[in-house]
Parts: sequence; structure tokens; C-alpha cells
Amino acid sequence: MLADKDRIFKNLYGLHSWRLEAARARGAWEGTKEMIARGHDAVIDEVKTSGLRGRGGAGFPTGLKWSFMPKNDPRPSYLAVNADESEPGTCKDREIMRHDPHLLIEGSLLAAFAMRAHTSYIYIRGEFIAEREILQAAVDEAYDAKLIGKDNVNGWDFDLYVHHGAGAYICGEETALLESLEGKKGQPRLKPPFPANCGLYGAPTTVNNVETIASVPDILRRGATWYAALGRPGNTGTKLYCISGHVNEPCTVEEEMGVPLRELIDHYAGGVRGGWDNLLAVIPGGSSVPCITADVCDTVLMDYDSLKEAGTALGTGGIIVMDKSTDIIRAIARISYFYKHESCGQCTPCREGTGWMWRVLERMANGEAEKAEIEMLLDVSHQVEGHTICALGDAAAWPVQGLIKNFRHVIEERIDAKATQPISPSVPVAAE
Amino acid sequence: MSVRRLAAEQPEGFVFTPENLDWAQAEIKKYPEGRQASAVLSLLWRAQEQIGGWISEPALRAVADMLGMAYIRVYEIVTFYTMFNLAPVGRYYVQVCGTTPCMLRGAEDIKDSCRKHIGPKDTVSDDGLFSWTEVECLGACVNAPMAQINKYYYEDLTPKNFESILKRLRKGEHVEPGPQNGRQACAPESGPNTLNNTAIYGADKSVPEPGYAGPALLDTEAKRPGAAANQRAAPGPKPPAKTPTKTPRPR
Repeated sequence: MLADKDRIFKNLYGLHSWRLEAARARGAWEGTKEMIARGHDAVIDEVKTSGLRGRGGAGFPTGLKWSFMPKNDPRPSYLAVNADESEPGTCKDREIMRHDPHLLIEGSLLAAFAMRAHTSYIYIRGEFIAEREILQAAVDEAYDAKLIGKDNVNGWDFDLYVHHGAGAYICGEETALLESLEGKKGQPRLKPPFPANCGLYGAPTTVNNVETIASVPDILRRGATWYAALGRPGNTGTKLYCISGHVNEPCTVEEEMGVPLRELIDHYAGGVRGGWDNLLAVIPGGSSVPCITADVCDTVLMDYDSLKEAGTALGTGGIIVMDKSTDIIRAIARISYFYKHESCGQCTPCREGTGWMWRVLERMANGEAEKAEIEMLLDVSHQVEGHTICALGDAAAWPVQGLIKNFRHVIEERIDAKATQPISPSVPVAAE
Repeated sequence: MSVRRLAAEQPEGFVFTPENLDWAQAEIKKYPEGRQASAVLSLLWRAQEQIGGWISEPALRAVADMLGMAYIRVYEIVTFYTMFNLAPVGRYYVQVCGTTPCMLRGAEDIKDSCRKHIGPKDTVSDDGLFSWTEVECLGACVNAPMAQINKYYYEDLTPKNFESILKRLRKGEHVEPGPQNGRQACAPESGPNTLNNTAIYGADKSVPEPGYAGPALLDTEAKRPGAAANQRAAPGPKPPAKTPTKTPRPR
């Protein structure tokens, strides 16, 4: 269990002030200048050594990603911070921005320095208005204190701007985010070219998640060895987990990577409603990942590799708990509706497939389907998966695949139950 | 995808107030020379706030002209991004999150309360005070179910406390956003079981900042620089019955 002294997000619950003075007293902005004096490559190497992997869902090694940025390029380089937190089940970046914004600002400076960027945009989802107001006020404080800006005390010219979206989940995809930042519809770009070569305004750009960036100052301050000692090999450090759904005390908590799922639910979230035996399934990493059944939840560890072995993914660390009262078909159908609503419409398999899958699931939730359609639904989900420009198609397919893999019998039972019901007399059974 | 169209009836024109115009000019400067289109979302958002909760066709043309963008590009944007309302909304615009984490904790009941106390979805109540809609995940899942009313989040809702919020808003009272069951942000309801070791806070003896996001705004209070009013003084102006304008054409 993670000790309080090893936590990065000390003000996760907003028990203290988010303002600069308080953040400094908690340790933020301490030794930033010395960290920058170590040099670009030393910062990247330290982050590589720490084993930090992207906290936005994909889990790509952060230091390696930074090293892809060109070193001698006439174009300006950009850092874009992805604060478009919209994955159902996920509400961690929000807490960083409203309760510890200076960790994010300091991290942005350090990350931008490592990548030789002088400008950074934080793309925050449009609905987070309170969070945006606080973040902007914190950025203003940092400018006033000359911690960032031109000729700042830390020795690396750096401009940081808060940019907001307007309600499109797809803008959390890195290239859609860049399109949106340029003032266009948020439709993902084909890769390659990758943003590190051709990103914002056609210039080298790296997009990182808020939690990733906000972890960087502490990694550099306390050392990569401290960070790497937490968690498991290949899955190091700490992570914010959001535990929602049918638990007694939903909450967000910072824990070590590789913490057992059961410990998160029982120790921090007050246990499953009605006890552990009342658990039906868990979606462990935000709505995009396949659900796992209660027997898997007994032993699975919350990190990239352990969840991958269990046939699912860590994603964003948004844990959605469902007890036995849940209509699992309807719960997944609602997720399918989400993806139908949020598909940008660019690729046909996703635009048409998400709506198709949702409509079939709605019927299945009512038992109004043929059993042969289960196989057809699985087949269509595989036709969407991997056949689109971005991962939204995959994200729409995986929950459906998880449902069929783990709860095919529930769908079949419901179809059977419907078939044995007497037909309502109000429905004509034959031509009259 | 969702199909979205501009309202059939549109007002005559749109001009930014001098205050908003200054703000918009500063906003455009955040982006490199020649990249002013980047400011389109924030300018449209400010226009929506000025109009009273929705984007009119003249407003999108005005923003396009300011940024040197073709009308069709801005038309694409207001129809793509779902936070832009294309028809008038109530003075209190209630957006109930209906995605799975909220659904598991009772979002359906909150939607029922809306139907009962406001009316049908996407319909402004007769007094112009309320309208409601269902939205996709608002990213406050551990505080589910929740709704956004105008700018801010109201969390940990039950039909009872939600109906009380509506009642108080109807009377013109201020309702503090955030968790409605007294819990501290995203901590467990019975209190944090981490971060209790005071040694980690060093010299920090601070207390939480007052209010949900700084001082919550009411019409009567002075606006902070750069901030738009949280609650609108009057129902959004209804579009005139006649003079429908055509949908924008590409230049």
C-alpha cells in the first residue's frame, strides 16, 4: 500500500489551497531551475529511467516519446497537454487541474524544455469550466511570479496557454486534438506522419496526458530510482484510480501501479455494494476496455501488463464496478450509444458500425433478437476494430466483445425468456 | 455522430459587446501569426454566453469574419461540437449526464425528475427559466449521478436533492455547485482514508479556496476580469418570429 510520503498528488481532495503559495509550501516549483540546468537530454534520460508510461490510456513510454522530437529543426516545437478528459469512468485529470494545477504547469515547463519547445497549449475539455478558471488563474500566478514566460527565473523561455474544447470526446485522440487546436472539426489525422514530425501547425509536437506531465516534476525532484522502485518492472510509479459505479464509497485515489483491484475496491471504495460476492463485473480502465468477471477481479493487478494478460487493459484507470443488480446488456448498450454519439463520422466502419452495434444491443437488452445475431454482432465488431483511422473504432468494439465473451449466456437467456412469453394480444399475430 | 442543424428562425444580427470584443482580441493573440482560426472555439463560446446560451447564425458569421474563416468552416464547427446549442435554451440549462457510470448510480431517476419538474427534453419551459438535455460523460464519474447547470457541476445527486436545487433556482436563490451530500470533492463520503499524514504537507497550512471555483457568480456580483456571468440576468432573447435567414454559404 502506497505511503502518504510517496504520493505525488498531495492535494488530490482539495483539502488545501491550489494557489501558488500553498503549492510551493507542498514542494512544487522547488529546484526547477536546477532540473533545467541538467540539460535537455539528462531530463529525458531521467524520465526514461523512471519507467513512466503515458497515463492517458495507451501506456507508451514517456521518455521514449519525448526522444522522438527532432533536435535541430528550424520549425518551432510544441507541447500539447491533453486535458480533454472524457473517457467514461475517468475523472482524475480534473482533480489535478482544480486542486494541484501548479504540478501541471511545472511539468509542462520541464517537458517542453526536454523537447526544446518554447510554447505549450493545454487543451481542456469545454465542460470543465470551473477547472479551466482555476487552471487559468494558476497560469497567471506562474506568469506573475516569473516562473514561466519570457526571461523567467527557471532559465527556459516558455509560454503556456489554456485552450478549451467544446464537447467532443474524439478530441482526446491526439491528432484530433491538434486539428481542434487549429480551429477545425476534431477529426483524427492519418499517421504517419506522426505529430513529432508534423503536428500542430505542421511543426514538431508531442501530446501528453495531464497526469503524465504532472508526475514529471516529482520524478525529477525525487529521482527516477524512487519512482521506479514503486510498482512492478515495466509498470512503475503511481497512478490515479477512479472507482465509480456500485461501490459503497466511490472515490479517486492515488496508488502504486500493480495494486490488486480488490484492494482498491475493498480498502478505498468501501467495498462492493452488498459485499464482494455481489460483484458481477468490472470495467477496469474506462469504458473502452472489455469488462472482466468477478472471478478475474479476485486476483488481477491494476497495471498495464497484468490487465493485458487478463484480456483487458489499464486504459485510463477508470474502474467501473457493477454489482449483480446490473443489467449488463443495457450497461454495455449505453456505452455503445456513447460511441455512436461521439464517432466523428470520418471512417465508414465506425460511423455506421457504432450505430449498428448500439441498435442491435438495444434489441438484445429487450430480448428481441435472434441468437444468430450474437455471432453477427461479434463479427461486425471485428470489422470495425482495426479498420479506422483512430482507435475510437477499437474502443467501440472492445466493450461489445467483452460482453459477448463474458456474458453470452445472459443474452441467450434473455432471448429465450422473450421467446417463451405469450405475445401481447394488442399485437396482431396474423392478417385479420 | 448526431445530426445538428441551425434553428429555422434566427435573429437579425450579432455584435460582440465592447468588453467581449477586447477579450476576443486578446484571445486571438494566444496563437501564432496567421493561426487566428485556433481561437474559433473560445470566440464562439463567448458569443454563445453573450446571446444567452445558444449560437445564432449571424453570430457564427461574425466570428468567421473576425477570424478570416469561410462561413462553412464555422458552420461545420458549431454543428460538430455539441456544446454549441443551435436553438434557445432556458435561463438555467440543465445537462444531465446519462452515460454508464452515472446510469449505474441513478441518472435515469434524475432524468425522470427533469421530465416531471421541467418538461420534455430539449424544450424550454413556458416561463423561460429551464430546459434540460441528456449529455454524454461529463467526467465526474466518482461523483455520479451529476448534472451541469449552466457553468458548473452539481454532483452526488438524488431525486430529492436535485428537485430541491430546481426549486431553489426557480425562486432565484443561489445554489452552491459541487457535491450535494457534503462530501469533500472526490474523496470517499466518510472522509479521506489517505493523505492523512500531515508531515507530507510541509509548510503548507492553507485551507481550501472558498467557493467551488473561486467566488461563485451571481448576476448582481461584479464579474472577475475575463469571466463571463455564471447565471444570466434574463431568459435568452427569443428569436423574432419572422425574417428567417438562409443557412451560410461557402465564400
